[in-house]
Amino acid sequence: MKGSRLRAALTPYVLILPGGLWLAIFFVVPMIVMLSLSLHSGNITDGFVFTWNWRSYLDGIANYHDQMIRSIGYGLAATIITIVVGFPVAYWIAFHGGRRKNMYLLLLLMPFLVSFVLRTISWQFFLADDGILLGPLKRIGLLPDDFHILATGTAVVLGLAYNFLPFMVLPIYVALERIDPRLLEAAADLYAGRLQTFLRVVLPLSLPGVFAGVLMTFVPACSDYVNASILGGASNTMIGNVIQNQYLVAQDYPVAAALSFTLMAVLLLGIFLYARALGSEEVLEVTVR
Amino acid sequence: MTEIQVGRAAAGPAAVGRPPDRPEVPAIELEGVVKDFVSRGEVVRAVKGVSFSIAEGEFFSLLGPSGCGKTTTMRMIAGFEEPTSGRIRLHGVDVTDVPPNRRDVNMVFQSYALFPHMNVWENVAFGLKRKKVPEPEIRRRVGEMLEIVGLTGREKSRPRELSGGQQQRVALARALVNRPRALLLDEPLGALDLKLRQQMQLELKRIQREVGITFVYVTHDQSEALTMSDRIAVMNDGAVEQLADPREIYERPATAFVASFIGTSNLLSGQISAISGDVATVRLGDRGRVLLNGGGHRLGESVQITVRPEKIRILPGEPEGDVSAVPGVVSEVVYLGTYNSYAVTLDGGAEVTVFEQNAHDSTGTAERGDSVWLSWQPHHSYAIGSASSR
Repeated sequence: MKGSRLRAALTPYVLILPGGLWLAIFFVVPMIVMLSLSLHSGNITDGFVFTWNWRSYLDGIANYHDQMIRSIGYGLAATIITIVVGFPVAYWIAFHGGRRKNMYLLLLLMPFLVSFVLRTISWQFFLADDGILLGPLKRIGLLPDDFHILATGTAVVLGLAYNFLPFMVLPIYVALERIDPRLLEAAADLYAGRLQTFLRVVLPLSLPGVFAGVLMTFVPACSDYVNASILGGASNTMIGNVIQNQYLVAQDYPVAAALSFTLMAVLLLGIFLYARALGSEEVLEVTVR
Repeated sequence: MTEIQVGRAAAGPAAVGRPPDRPEVPAIELEGVVKDFVSRGEVVRAVKGVSFSIAEGEFFSLLGPSGCGKTTTMRMIAGFEEPTSGRIRLHGVDVTDVPPNRRDVNMVFQSYALFPHMNVWENVAFGLKRKKVPEPEIRRRVGEMLEIVGLTGREKSRPRELSGGQQQRVALARALVNRPRALLLDEPLGALDLKLRQQMQLELKRIQREVGITFVYVTHDQSEALTMSDRIAVMNDGAVEQLADPREIYERPATAFVASFIGTSNLLSGQISAISGDVATVRLGDRGRVLLNGGGHRLGESVQITVRPEKIRILPGEPEGDVSAVPGVVSEVVYLGTYNSYAVTLDGGAEVTVFEQNAHDSTGTAERGDSVWLSWQPHHSYAIGSASSR
């Protein structure tokens, strides 16, 4: 009797152990190592020493604030595009998908069967100056001959939006799918037309999904470097490219680590402000319904 | 009756179904309404040609087992389903093709369907805001309605912070505040426990009297329908089996289905062996006789007779006079508080249920295994009309 009660009390901790250990070893430990590294001084040949060297942060911000701001801007733009494109897709699958819902969701996830880098490279062909998109448009004279998208910020943002679209669609779909269809009938019964029903009932109830989708899109989009390096030009580098460069090329580990933490702080602050603006309490309240 | 009030229908988005000036026009009329659903490639006829009309201010119930088409019928009145054929009129105006947001009826949903992201006040004010009622009037009417349903002070609460009974009242207030021409209620008390349900039944009846609005009430609970309704349409398998007031439905069930669905009923069948005056006699076994009133019977005709358990008396010996008298053996006695329930097996093997009120502090008239006689008045026997033809 006593043994079984003890077991019942221990069960939750036992269940959390694998995931907890995983996070501890592969997330918390590297974070601490990185944090300490960002306060080291020295260079790759003479070695790095821990010296509470805050200069790496100041240097990083002084030298790379352009890329930092550009990353946030690109991330925001990509996130807005995914909302605009993804919401109708999620809405259509949730309310008009019928019995084929799962098939549509599978189609949405199909691109994930191909590697992230390969997909981005395919966009390089797609957006090429004489590629399948621009080529015909130039030939029929809709676009001037010197028009190009590749190696511009637009290409990077489009690539980001394309790559992260499913992360926006899925949470919105889940939120919409959970809406009791009788709520829509109730709204219609109470004299709301289709637009009013959407604005007053569907949209507010989908906000938790939009909230989750924004987190899952904005954060990785801001720190991405693949799209900028494949689709962007020299003036489109993002902070991810800088960090990668500092680690692998310049091998200035403290600055790379300091930049990583700066980015993280900026993103956390952004998320915090966003949650406050949207009213996280409201969002959570609807979620736990 | 054929005058169609098109002019009124065009008056505004919510004006369809406004009453014409003549009060004798029914609030709701269904004419040969049929609804087919396609399920897995097969056409299923959920409602098979239903026609009835509901008078202004009436408390009308659609009663039947699940799957009988009662909810589909109501959803067609609300406008959520379109009839495959047939017409629906609200106050003489054909609304068959009018969408729900332009029909002047409101619905109380089975699960309430309250908007979870709005508080009580916002939920109740939703319809008035969509109808662009001026803000001061919205404030006044919502306040009044919350008072009627007893929720003053809970305006800022979210639906999930309320009990089931309170949510029910919000749903009711949200519909009634629009002063619809008819209120449709889809098993609104189904989720409440027995005590609260009985309390809400009386409450609903009170509110209906107070606001004077036509109520159409869908339920599978026969006691609920009997308690509240002015008239009941008993539905089975997509068709109306009987439409009458509660007393008529209970005392004179039109079909074997109605007899068995409403309350407990005993079904006896036999042939008419004698007719004297307006009393016919049906022989039951060797010694039993069932007397029933009413002419129109032929000698030798096969009849099905229902008799309610509380109309039967249990006697130790064969009764004298012009009453039904059937011998049997008590096979079960169940104490049910206000009354005892006896199961009596007749000579032929049929089982009859008898209720006897615990009016005295006696231990009951009979015990298990006793040989008894059952007796009841001729007018308590009721021959089911066309039961065999259905």
